[in-house]
Amino acid sequence: MKKKMIFSGNEAVARGCYEHGLHIATAYPGTPSTEILENVSKYPEIYSEWSPNEKVAFEVAMGATFEGARTLVAMKHVGLNVAADAFMSMSFIGAPGGFLVVTADDPGMHSSQNEQDNRYYAKFAEYPCIEPSDSQEAKDFVGLGLDLSIEFDTPVMYRLTTRVCHGKSIVELGERTQYPITGFKPNPKKFVVLPSHGREMHPKVMARIARIKEWAETTPLNRIEKGSNGIGIITHGATYNFVKEVMPDASVLKLGMTYPLPINMIKDFAKSVDKLFVIEELEPFIENLLKIEGIECEGMKFWSNLGELTPEIVAAGLEKAGVFKSPYNPKEKESVIPRPPIFCPGCPHRGLYHSLRKNKAVVTTDIGCYTLGCLEPLGAGDTCVEMGASIGVGVGMAKARKSGKGIVATIGDSTFLHSGITGLLNAVNDKAGITVVIADNSITAMTGGQQHPGSGETLTGAQGYKVNLAKICQAVGADNIKVIDPYNLEQTRSTLKEAMESDELSVIITNRPCALYPAENRKLVQETPFAVDHDKCIGCHACFKVSCPAISESDQKTAKGLTKSQIDSALCTGCSVCAQVCPVNAIERIK
Amino acid sequence: MNETKNVLIVGVGGQGVLLATELLSTVTMEAGYDVKKSEVHGMAQRGGVVSSHVRFGDNVFSPLIPDGEADVILAFEQAEAQRWIHYLKDNGTIAINKYKLVPPIASMKGFNYPEDPIAVVRKRTKNVTLIDAVQIAKDLGNPRLVNTILLGVLSTSLEISEDIWTRVIRERVPKGTEELNVKAFLAGRAYR
Ligand SMILES: Cc1ncc(C[n+]2csc(CCOP(=O)(O)OP(=O)(O)O)c2C)c(N)n1
Repeated sequence: MKKKMIFSGNEAVARGCYEHGLHIATAYPGTPSTEILENVSKYPEIYSEWSPNEKVAFEVAMGATFEGARTLVAMKHVGLNVAADAFMSMSFIGAPGGFLVVTADDPGMHSSQNEQDNRYYAKFAEYPCIEPSDSQEAKDFVGLGLDLSIEFDTPVMYRLTTRVCHGKSIVELGERTQYPITGFKPNPKKFVVLPSHGREMHPKVMARIARIKEWAETTPLNRIEKGSNGIGIITHGATYNFVKEVMPDASVLKLGMTYPLPINMIKDFAKSVDKLFVIEELEPFIENLLKIEGIECEGMKFWSNLGELTPEIVAAGLEKAGVFKSPYNPKEKESVIPRPPIFCPGCPHRGLYHSLRKNKAVVTTDIGCYTLGCLEPLGAGDTCVEMGASIGVGVGMAKARKSGKGIVATIGDSTFLHSGITGLLNAVNDKAGITVVIADNSITAMTGGQQHPGSGETLTGAQGYKVNLAKICQAVGADNIKVIDPYNLEQTRSTLKEAMESDELSVIITNRPCALYPAENRKLVQETPFAVDHDKCIGCHACFKVSCPAISESDQKTAKGLTKSQIDSALCTGCSVCAQVCPVNAIERIK
Repeated sequence: MNETKNVLIVGVGGQGVLLATELLSTVTMEAGYDVKKSEVHGMAQRGGVVSSHVRFGDNVFSPLIPDGEADVILAFEQAEAQRWIHYLKDNGTIAINKYKLVPPIASMKGFNYPEDPIAVVRKRTKNVTLIDAVQIAKDLGNPRLVNTILLGVLSTSLEISEDIWTRVIRERVPKGTEELNVKAFLAGRAYR
């Protein structure tokens, strides 16, 4: 009997990489894709790396497949925007060694700033797009996708969604099949994308996708499950499971490949049912392609492109269409106090954002744990768009105001290395007198603690280079660089104040390791905890303003009836930030 | 069994909800069932709300439990029991750890920790088991046992043999803590 395991979709993709003889895997972390590379890195047979951003990850992967290596590159949906330049031109070249581009889309935005449907990218660049529905398929499709890639010399988009990435189901394990790396075969007409070569390549791309379209008619990736009630549903990915759950007697055309579509198969399927629906997540991608072909079907009329689908939503749509009575009767929800994410105890970002608020800075912030600094009571953060935007946005504001005074761009170290350096280079060149703060915690914390080029360690735990951020800033021409300790509020506030009042560009690097990652830090940053002296506490709640999970209301009251604070000594890491904001020195280190 | 069983486990990030569902789904697989599990990672570490769905049966499609369809809920914390009670189906069972974890936001104006979550839950179902797992864990000598004690309570609502539970627990918990964890599990299982 084969060994069975319960795997998340991401673990299953990693296992698929192992079993199907993958040679090279690259990525930049991003929820919900991160665990793919974390798990691939456990197989020493596969070279794996965190690249500094998605574009570089994509480029390293391209080089590998040009050498004939079986290759995968993984990113979250918005990561593909960063890698899009490479993604588009790669279509012209093909994929000699086999090449999977994993995009992990996040319908419902569990942990993303948007919910773009990356299948449009597949059509845009004429990549075939495959989509598994559960963990077993997530593993198997790695092999099928590589076969498809090699057979047609095409890069393949491998689209996952949060529910497939993080959902778990049973997977049967197999052995690893070994493949040779075939070697680079120089061919400028193939590998050098020039206008003259491109003009020859483009028709080949169109011919290739036409052949794949024919292949789609018979591939086992697509299958029909005949039902009995006259209803036909075309679906894909995680949604397939909800459809089967809700209407087990419908005929289902499950598309494991959502681009290009098997139009003849679909036409026959449409003829075999009384009514045809397309249920898909997120955009009407399949539906619109079918309507262009003149195939009668309904989709967005009964479902929506907003948020993720659930069994209830699938059922409600079928009911709206008049073919079903939903068995679900949702019960009334209780309204209960929320638990919004906040900085961890000991987080080095706390002192920085508390000081920014105190200094009334205009803060163009960026993407990472530190974005949480925009939430009350810290409440410092005026704009946030996408990774690396903070510095450019700050410069633009300064140009419009004709002064950079008071404008502070805050950016995490991983984000700075991802796409902030060019922004700084531009700020120097533009003589934009803003302040740039690099919140350096030596790790990519938001996504769960992945190494970056400033961490001094690589994905597999090998020693890395540990780039010096101050030297980078110096090298791009910033003169005024200060490295400070964000646990020291006085220093943080005054350094910020000086920089904000200056007409010159200033760079401040707040330097303290993350309190959570790597795990060893939890002991490293642990100092003797603090406690509130209730004889001194006046119930002013200044300490609440630092927004620390370890600080709460006690059951003690002042003479005026104000509640005194307390500190949970099991949570307190002893960072001292709260003690520094207490006006009556009531917070003291436990002796 | 041809009906799918729906188990919802809820709590606060850091309490060990995900490990508990990991054990539960392995146990159901070992008992020969198909199983699917769903949760969303991301900001779970940071004291946020965590809920994890486990569904098992002969052939399970959806990894998500529909609203109002949970057979059993296991709540690691009182307010979380109240937050998720609408998932419980009529006559469903809920086991609640008596523990309260008040979020820091409760110190801000307009946010209050619920007055009496247990009373709210009791209005919705009569099948409530309350357990002070923190105290039992302390009595057993290790506060980290809360997890396994609660799984013990949950196990009484599911028809899966004790042997499978204890075997999976032995395999999955940190080395050296196997017997203690089994003891904790059995203490939860014996709790009435
Ligand atoms: C293009 C893109 N790739 C990846 C992500 C996922 N992501 C969110 S924040 C972040 C980086 C956070 O690291 P850092 O800037 O060091 O800040 P920290 O969280 O450590 O404070 C990443 C990779 C994203 N949002 N966008």
